[in-house]
Order: sequence, then C-alpha cells, then structure tokens
Amino acid sequence: MAEAAASTLAVSGLQAWYGESHILHGVDFEVRPGEVVTLLGRNGAGKTTTLKAIMGIVGKRRGSVAFAGRETIGLSSDRIARLGLAICPEERAIFASLSVRENLLLPPRVAPTGGLTLDRIFALFPNLAERLASGGGKLSGGEQQMLAIARILRTGARFLMLDEPTEGLAPVIIRHIGRTIAELKREGFTILLVEQNFRFAATVADRYYVMEHGKIVDAFANSELAANMEKLHERLGV
Amino acid sequence: MFLGHVITVQQLYGQLLIGLINGSFYALLSLGLAVIFGMLNIVNFAHGALYMMGAFCAYFLLQEFGLNYWWALIGAPLIVGAFGALLERAMIVRLRGLDPLYSLLLTFGLALVIQGLFQAYFGASGKPYAIPPQLSGAHNLGFMFLPNYRAWVIVFSAFVCFATWFLIEKTRLGAYLRAATENPTMTRAFGLNVPRMITLTYGFGVGLAALAGVLAAPINQVRPGMGADIIAVVFAVVVIGGMGSILGSIVTGFALGVVEGLTKVFYPEASNTVVFVIMAVVLLIKPAGLFGKVA
Repeated sequence: MAEAAASTLAVSGLQAWYGESHILHGVDFEVRPGEVVTLLGRNGAGKTTTLKAIMGIVGKRRGSVAFAGRETIGLSSDRIARLGLAICPEERAIFASLSVRENLLLPPRVAPTGGLTLDRIFALFPNLAERLASGGGKLSGGEQQMLAIARILRTGARFLMLDEPTEGLAPVIIRHIGRTIAELKREGFTILLVEQNFRFAATVADRYYVMEHGKIVDAFANSELAANMEKLHERLGV
Repeated sequence: MFLGHVITVQQLYGQLLIGLINGSFYALLSLGLAVIFGMLNIVNFAHGALYMMGAFCAYFLLQEFGLNYWWALIGAPLIVGAFGALLERAMIVRLRGLDPLYSLLLTFGLALVIQGLFQAYFGASGKPYAIPPQLSGAHNLGFMFLPNYRAWVIVFSAFVCFATWFLIEKTRLGAYLRAATENPTMTRAFGLNVPRMITLTYGFGVGLAALAGVLAAPINQVRPGMGADIIAVVFAVVVIGGMGSILGSIVTGFALGVVEGLTKVFYPEASNTVVFVIMAVVLLIKPAGLFGKVA
C-alpha cells in the first residue's frame, strides 16, 4: 500500500472510446509525487484522450486509474476533481458567458488548504488582475491560457494536467508559462504535461513517455533526452 | 383612422392594462421556459400544465388547509417546483444525450396526462378563487380606475422577473448556472455537481410557472384547460425573444402583451393571431430571435 501511495497517479491498462472510436488501447504509466511528466506523441496518438480519461470526461473507459492509491475509474468527473486532480484543457474552456473574475472564482476549493490565494495568483499572473471585469470571451490566447491555469491553482488541487499550454502563444508568454510551471514544481505540485513543443518540455520535465496509436511505446528521463533525440524525431515526424 | 369604430380613451387604457397583465404572465412563463431551455436544452411542453397545477395548488391550499393567497404564493411554487424536480430526476434525465425530440415528446405527453387527470377529477369548468382582501378594490387614477389586484400582478411579476435576471446574471449561483449551461462537461470537471444543478434548475423554472398560476387564479378561473389556452402564445413569445435569452423572454413577454392589447383596441379581429404573425416575421428575418444569440 505504501508503494501505491508513493505513486500519485498509477495508470494501468487504460482504454478509452469516443463513441464508437477506440482511442486508447491499454495505456500504462505512472506519475510520482512532485514530478513533471510529459506525454509526447504525434497528433492523434491519444495524449489528450489520456488526460480526459484520467479526468473522467471521455465517453467510455476501462482499466485502472489509481490516484494516491485510490481507484478512480468508476468515478464521475466531479468526484475525481474533488480528490485533487485538475485539468487545463487544450481548448482552455474559458466561459464566455462569465467575466474573468467569475471564471477565476468558479471552481470550488477541493482542499481546505493548499489552494493559492488570489494575491499569490495575481503575483504569478499580473495581467489577470487588470482584466477581472472583462468578459471571458474577450481575452487574448495568452490571457486565456493564464486564466485557465490560474483557475485550477485556486482550488487546492495538487495534481495538474496541462494539455498543450504553450500552443499558439508568443515566445514571451511561453517563457512566462515555463517559469510558472517551474515555480509550481518547486512548491511541490505534480504535473502531467502534454506538449508537442519538446524544447519547451525539456525546460521543466523530469520524465517523458512517448505515445503512439493509443499506447505508451517509449519512456525515458530528462537526462536521456539528448540520446533519444533521433528516435524522437522519427516517431514524432518532426 | 379608427377602422370603422370609435375608440375611447377608457377603452385604450383598459386594454393596455389587460395587455400588461397578460404580458406579466407571458413574461413569467417564458422566463421559466428560457431558464429550462438554457440549462437542459429541452423545450418544456409541460410548462402550461404546471402553471395550471400552481393555480390548483393555491385552490387546494385554501380549500383543504385554509391557507390563504399569501401562503399559496410561497407554497405553490415550492410544492409544484418539487414535483418538477421529481419529474426531472425520474424521467427527463433518462433522455439526456438523446435527440431533443424525445424530451419534447416526453414533456408533451406529461402535459396531456396532467391536464387529463385534472380534467377527469374536476371536470372542465372552473373553480373560483377570490381576490385576497388586502388587494381588493381599486384606485382612481383620474384617467382610469386601476384595480389593485391587477396592479399587484404587474408589479410583482416585474419584480420576480428582475430578481431572476439578477440572480442569473449577477450572482455567484448564477455564474454556476451560466457555466453549466455553456459547458456542462468542464463545469463538472471542476468539481461542481452539474446533474444536481440541472434538477434544481428545472424545479426553479417549474416554480416560476406555478407562481404565475397562483397570480392568475383570482383573475381567470382555476380550470384544467388554463395551461393549454396560454401555452401556444407563450411559445411564440419565447421564439420571438430568443430561446435561451433571459432578458429576451422578459422584455418580449411584456411587450407582446401590450401589442396584443393594443391590437384588440385598433383591430380586434387580429388580436388572437397578431403574436403568431410577429413570430413568423421574426423567424424570417432573425431566426435566432430578437435577443437570441446565433449559435
């Protein structure tokens, strides 16, 4: 049992479907407390589906997803969130019918302590403080991304899943997000990252898993990244 | 200019008053429909029957328990609203994710069953419900006599509509509702119990219908057919205003009541159909409705 708890997240034999499409064919990996783990893979490999399956927001899933030793495969997404997992989806999902402030305050606290205070959040993301009254739909891509991350930091969730946080953003904002993730890592957050931009991922990740056709096909530590570069280029087709 | 008959100022004000009264009911009912449609994405065909149940609830509370109008104003929406929540939990939720046509058929069937049961038990004729003594009488405004109860209906309906708008647009609870309406999957993934919110929202919309029923009881008679009589116009109001728009349903409800009243003064033959003519025109020009957002 101690070994299970040491793995914050243990995924085993995870399968998932969108309607009739069988996307994940038995995914196995683990994320240990305090780590930043990155899922790499081509478009369509199943990285986003993996995050969604862990969060419980795909159509159908089977297998095992154990969080802090507790099986979550049969739980609804609101119960999973209240265990302390949070997702920042690829599309960011900022609510246009809510103001920035309402977006920020929407997710309820899932842990009585450990959620970042608003002061701390505005220190991390100064732009948000100025935009509180704006409608959620009026933000730029970078501002939306920062709001999407800020939202889940307030809840007290310590296991964060970030899906392509740097996609489509300007280099200065990408660096900001990189610094933020490094800061969160220092504070003991555990992060599961999906990134196409592995130069960015290399600045924060501890370990990598490579996905292909809904399965994990490779795994290596950050220290081994250079050695695996050629293999990666081949697999990812970049 | 007067299309063949003389119109007195009294007639004009009289019809305007009736128009505002009807507009109050249209606004309250279409507001409930808009709230339900926004959140559940279903057209609640049972709405008219639940309005009728609100009126009958007021009648029952008085007959069986001696509870007067003021008790009914709180009690009927709570009782009928709870019944609505039960309907949602027991039946409507099972059709989630299917073609909206199924929910439409279910609520339509429910309307027929509810109305049929009441008609079988009470007959088609109406039960009387007295105007509460505190609101009887009238004020002489100089240009017309304004019956107190009718003034109350208009003012109270406007207040309830405004309060609902405020709740939805300006409060934290309203933010939860708007978020769950826009993206229920993500809202749930943040830890909010969206299925429970849906049940409560349906109950709330039904409660608004029941409240309208209590307000209507002293004016119209309490009849099983009273919902069916009004629901067609209410749906036209909702279409004109825009299906999910809270503000649209309130403004359009009052406005169309007044339009109907004015039509009755100037061209009475058209008063029954003017709302539907406007609906047809709006559908041709702006199908999403006057306040609707194009999807």
